[in-house]
Amino acid sequence: MLAPTAVLLFGLFIFPLLWSLGLSFYRYSALRPQQAPRFVGFENYAWLLTDSSTWSRFIATGVLVAGSVGLQFLIGVSLAFLLYRDFKGRKIVLSILIAPMMMAPVAAGAFFKLIYDPTFGVLTYLTKTLLGVQVGWLEKSAPAMLGVIIADTWMWSPFVMLLTLSGLLSAPKHLLEMAQIDRAGRSLTFRYILLPHIKPLMMLAVLLRTMESFKLFDTIWIMTQGGPGDATETLALALYRVGFQYYDTGRASALAYLMLAAVIVLSNFYLRLASRASSSPEGET
Amino acid sequence: MNWKKTLRVVLIAVIAALYAFPVLWVMLTAFKERVDIFAQPPKLFFTPTLDNFARIFSDAGSEGSIFSSNFARYFFNSALLSFGSVFTAIVFGTMGAYAASRFPFKNRDFAMFSILSTRMLPAVAVVIPVYLLYRTLNLMNTYLGMTLLYTAFNLPFVIWMMRSFFDEIPREIEEAAMMDGSSRFRAFYKVALPQVKSGIAGAAVISLLFTWNEFLFASMLTGEKTRTVPIALAQTLQGERGVDWGKLAAIETLYILPVLIAAALLQKYLLRGLTFGTVKG
Repeated sequence: MLAPTAVLLFGLFIFPLLWSLGLSFYRYSALRPQQAPRFVGFENYAWLLTDSSTWSRFIATGVLVAGSVGLQFLIGVSLAFLLYRDFKGRKIVLSILIAPMMMAPVAAGAFFKLIYDPTFGVLTYLTKTLLGVQVGWLEKSAPAMLGVIIADTWMWSPFVMLLTLSGLLSAPKHLLEMAQIDRAGRSLTFRYILLPHIKPLMMLAVLLRTMESFKLFDTIWIMTQGGPGDATETLALALYRVGFQYYDTGRASALAYLMLAAVIVLSNFYLRLASRASSSPEGET
Repeated sequence: MNWKKTLRVVLIAVIAALYAFPVLWVMLTAFKERVDIFAQPPKLFFTPTLDNFARIFSDAGSEGSIFSSNFARYFFNSALLSFGSVFTAIVFGTMGAYAASRFPFKNRDFAMFSILSTRMLPAVAVVIPVYLLYRTLNLMNTYLGMTLLYTAFNLPFVIWMMRSFFDEIPREIEEAAMMDGSSRFRAFYKVALPQVKSGIAGAAVISLLFTWNEFLFASMLTGEKTRTVPIALAQTLQGERGVDWGKLAAIETLYILPVLIAAALLQKYLLRGLTFGTVKG
């Protein structure tokens, strides 16, 4: 019963990936299909790794990932603790908070473009009247990157919140009650009962968000198209540009494989960290 | 102690307002006239107009088309591709998940991990070879090609999520049914399936959202005939003659309305869905 799935996934993911692995060793442009690919060995990789712009793409991606995952983690976890105790209307607040992550990144990008607009955007107006500074949100390098990070955080910080909250809510009640009877202070209760319970979930949230923001494309493409200059040109955008604007298919395939390697290294790093974290603290309690 | 409680309520209200703001602002913009959109300071109160919505559906549309306007076609395409591919993915995915849950075949864990890993790939890395493949097979700008692609996207997710649901239901009832002479397929269809209805509903809605929102592949592989709303949205936004913000906001409002309704209805499935069934909501 898994056969149809296997066929489809092979045809649309595995086979194309092998094809592009092959192409990454060729000089080839999809624009000129009649011109046969020319084998160049590792030339595409060598070119990418020695080109300084590749490294600035890596840095831009790193800034984006660190900034948005960091911010999403801080805000998400704080929100979870804020919403931990039940109150009237919690359901409605949760509905409002989870709505952003269900929207199209394209739509979210467009919302924020409207808010950041240099002449009539709300945020532009607010920063001008409240702080007295004219921030060209998407027109200067640093604010543009911050603008993208804010948009991504708006969409996904509730995801971190949701995971953390589900951990908090499923923490064993009898342990919490016992802690109260034993007059364990808040910090002790947190450290020995709540934290071990939510830690794996927070790790999962960070892992998923890291992978997602590493490959974030739509939002940035809509908001800045990589600009101003190349301030928000991440690897994902560069790949699109090399592949579908310069039609340098061989090089784009090589870049795709560099990205894949980076994703694999990153996720293994996290998984190792996660398995270490989950093996130590629970043993103490 | 009471001021602390008040502070918390106020804080939560402010945060909820902040998160709701971008959406509300676009919706307000959709009902504004041109002068109100560009007004400085930004206007909260104005006389609403439906003009922007009328403009979406007033362009003539292509000749000989059954659609009254281009946007009517884009909305139709988005809905058709979403429902078509999710239906197929649910049918094959549920069967696959059942197999993975009930038969401990060789290399099962490896197979499941490979299925999951296809979803972890950066989409931009896959888009180049898929583009070449579709061009070779003449699948560019076809409903068939897009449906196949989106089915393939949704399958890993449906399989992982449904497997976690099948793993939870006891297999004894199915075994009893088979003892009484029902076939394995019948046991799956009549006994197991009804018990995971809520899982199917959750997986379907989340896959629908994903397909409804997909941008990158649609932008590469669709043309005028199969174009979906997000592509048209991006084109409206990056138009040469300046952005028609009123029209754009109106399109967005129509585009996200079904999503907002879904968000309100499916809170309880969301967490499990977004983590591939690994975390229960």
